[in-house]
Parts: sequence; structure tokens; C-alpha cells
Amino acid sequence: MAEYKVQFEVFEGPLDLLLYLIKKEEVDIYEVNLTKLATQFIEYVELMRQFDLEVAGEFLVMASTLMYIKSRELLPVEQQVQVEPEEEGEDPRWELIRQLVEYKKFKDAAAKLQTLEETQEHIFPRVPGKIAFETIAAAPAKPEVGIFDLLNAVNAILKRIADKESGTREIYEDKWSVSEKIEFVREIITTRGAVKFSELFAQAATRAEVVCTFLALLELIRLKQLACVQPEPFAEIEICQATVQPVAAAITESAAPPAEPAAANPESADAPNEALAEEAEVDDDEDDDEDDDEEAEADENKKPQ
Amino acid sequence: MELKFILESLLFSAQKPVSVKELRDIFTAAAIAEDADETAKSLKKVKDDEMTAALEELAREHETAARSYRLACVAGAWQFVTQPEFSPWLRVLVGEKIRPSRLSQAALETLAIIAYRQPVTRAEVEQVRGVNVDGTMQTLLERNLVEQSGRAEVVGRPALYGTTALFLEYFGLRGLEDLPAADELRRIKIERPIAPITADAGLATAPPEQLQLNEEAAIKTEEPPAPSSEEMPN
Repeated sequence: MAEYKVQFEVFEGPLDLLLYLIKKEEVDIYEVNLTKLATQFIEYVELMRQFDLEVAGEFLVMASTLMYIKSRELLPVEQQVQVEPEEEGEDPRWELIRQLVEYKKFKDAAAKLQTLEETQEHIFPRVPGKIAFETIAAAPAKPEVGIFDLLNAVNAILKRIADKESGTREIYEDKWSVSEKIEFVREIITTRGAVKFSELFAQAATRAEVVCTFLALLELIRLKQLACVQPEPFAEIEICQATVQPVAAAITESAAPPAEPAAANPESADAPNEALAEEAEVDDDEDDDEDDDEEAEADENKKPQ
Repeated sequence: MELKFILESLLFSAQKPVSVKELRDIFTAAAIAEDADETAKSLKKVKDDEMTAALEELAREHETAARSYRLACVAGAWQFVTQPEFSPWLRVLVGEKIRPSRLSQAALETLAIIAYRQPVTRAEVEQVRGVNVDGTMQTLLERNLVEQSGRAEVVGRPALYGTTALFLEYFGLRGLEDLPAADELRRIKIERPIAPITADAGLATAPPEQLQLNEEAAIKTEEPPAPSSEEMPN
């Protein structure tokens, strides 16, 4: 006896067990002999008890249903109690068969889902260009375009102007104001969408004009109307409207909207002016005083409220 | 330039599955770009169903080309994926997929019933399975494959359950209509057989005609109706 090894299948419930028993009989569900099935089912429940398995209540309910069906079948048809369909519901046999068929279909569906689950484990999505995308993502991650990047850029332009101006010197009337330049920058951005940093200063002929334009730019960034973006490290800074968010950024997810941090950071808005004022003091020693005045004036405007 | 090829190039480079809505946004953004050409402008207001049709055609083309990859639509988002048979090598290349453990038989059955019958109450699921489903429901809810979708307008207002978008992703389904044999299973109509279900004659129920014969025989021979009385105790 001790050598016997019993293959004991785990059934998900009484219906599962019934389906198993029907399958073993190799008959169609509709043609199954329910009384025979009842006997086998009860034998099985008995077996479960012998193995000290906890017999779930559902199994006992099913066993009693089967017993009921079997007991009805014991009577000759003429002697069976004629139950009104409305009175006692459906024929219990039919009810059970219907339930079995329904359960069988869902069991098959579950098997199909299982196949899908397995297949899905073997499917790999295309995740393209990771490396290329990371560099782009890295650029905005480098807190967008910081104030020092802007200062470096404007210094380069100032240097170019200084080269141009060296030698001959003319004294002009100061023609530009920061507010005028704000209008100018806005217009360029609205008509062209985005513009390269150097293009903003393309027409500037004097140091004073460059400074005015630059201050206008800083002011607009502070007001969160414009944003500076660097498409990739060391590329030229681009100025665009702050509200426009590239669709690609929303889709690649990893890249934060490039506009916000630079414009939103009050410290960096503060820092520029101080840095600029210092810069102006150092650089502009031999330059005319109007610049400094204007810068100081603009500086005041820009102090965070 | 054909729409489907533009879509193909987008999906080829996309970092994640892209939905039709996202694709539409791309077309709109491309059309208003500074250097937009005529084609880009003409596709500004491309219709969703036009796009879906193009995507489906593209998917069919890839299918017929029988490449090692195909264009798949999962939970409404499109993406290029490899064919399953290449997984032995891909596993080595990209590493084992991080996926939760496989679902148990009970969980799969419960999930199947919810998927096809949603919205469905717990009691209805239990009726089909014939067992208590509290534990498996808990698992499915925890794994976010199933969610409460409302309450039934019946006594007690029991919770109704439905599947989540994660369910579609987990099984790689495009939508609920993509479930295998969906029409058949959604509302099962089981035809009642015309022939009555009869037990084995020898075992329990003696067919009436046989019973009749036995009784007649008993009357004729004036012997007790042996066969039926023997069988009755069974």
C-alpha cells in the first residue's frame, strides 16, 4: 500500500472536477451520464477526505446537487413529481449541464489567455536610438541654458563688436532703449517661432545696442515669455516661445519640457543682472557711462518682486 | 509621400508605443513648423480613421513580408515588436523581460470571465466558476489587471468589475474586441438539447417502456418484477 503513489490533481472547484471526470469518460457534456458522474464525484470527495484535504463547501454543495439529480432519476418517469418550471426553476440536470458548458468555455478562454501570456514574454519591443536620445535628454537636463551660458554667448558677440569698433570711434546719441528692444525681440519670435542667439544680434552695430537687446532678452525670460534651449551640448543657444512645448518632448517623456527650469528659476533671473552689472563694470571701463546707467536701471526693474 | 510611410518612420524611431492621438499631435506640430512643406501642411488635419487605416495597412504589409518583426497595436498604441520565436537570442541581448510571475489557473479563469463579461459583479463570476473568488479577485486587483468600474443597480449595489489597460498590455491585446472568440463568449447562449438527458438504462432509471414490459411480464407470469426491483437500490 505504501508504495502507491497517487497522482492527485488540483481542481479549481467542483465544476473543474466534473469536467475532468467527463473528459475521462470521453463523452460529450450533453450526453454525460449524470448518475454515474455523481457516484464518481462522491468517490472523489471521499478520496479528498482520506488525504486529509480540506473539502471546500462548494464540493459538498455540488455533491448534494448530484445526489438530488440521481435520486430524481431513480424514480420512473411517471412517478416523478411534475414540477412546474416556474415553481422550481429549471430542470436541475439541465441547469448543471448549462453551467458546465459555460464554465468549460471560460476555461478554454483562460487557456487562450495563458498562451497569450506566454507569447507576450517572448515579444520584445523596438526601443530605438537609446544613445542618441540620451544626449538630447542630457542637454536640457543640464539646467537648460543657464545664465552663464547666456553671458558667454553675449560676451562673444560683444567681443566681435569691440573688434569692429576698434580703431575708429564715433560717438552716437543713444538710440535704443530696453523697452524698444523687448518689442523687437517679441516680434522676431512671433514671426519666426524660434531664433538663434547670434541672429538676435546680427543687426546690432554697437555695444550699447547689444547690451539693450540682451537686457530685453533677460527681461522676457524673467517674464517667462521666452525660453532658451540648447538642442545639444555646445550648440548655439536657441530662443523660442516659452509656451510652445515640442511634441517630441511630451512623447519621449524622459525629457522634461525644456522651457521651464531656466525661466522659472528666480535665482538665475537674479544672478544674471548682478553678473551682468559686474561684467559691465569690468569690461566697460573705457566705455561710455550711459551703458552702466541703463544697466543699473534695468537691474532695478529685474529685481525679483 | 504616403501617409503610411510617414507613420512607419515615426514608429520606427518612437521610444514607446504611440497612440493615434499622439501621432495626430505630431502631424499638427509638423504642419505649423517654420519649414513645413506642402505635404506636412496637407497632413495637418489628418483624420484618425485615415491614420488607423494606414497603420493597419502597414501592419498587414509587414505581416505579409514575414519579417522577424511586426507592427503591433497594444491597448491602442502602435509599436514595432519582434516575433516571439526570436526570443532565445533577444533574451541574451537585452536581458530577461521584467515581468511579474505568471498568473495561476484560478486567476486566469477569473480574469477570463471578467474580461468577457464586464462589467460583472463578483457574485456572477462565482456563479460561473462555482467557487469563491475572493482571493483571486484580490490578486487581480493588486496586480492592476482588474478594477472596480462601478456599482450594479440591483439590491445591495454590488461592485462591478472590469479589466484595465494594463490587462491589454499584459496579454498584448489591441482592445477588448481583440480577445479570442470574443463574440461567442461575451454572451453565451447555450442551446438546450432536444433529446432529454437520459441515464444509463441499466444503472438507475429504467426506461418507461421497459418498465411497462416488465410489469406486463410480471402480470403474465405472476412473478415478482425482478429486474426493476433489483436495480432500484442502486
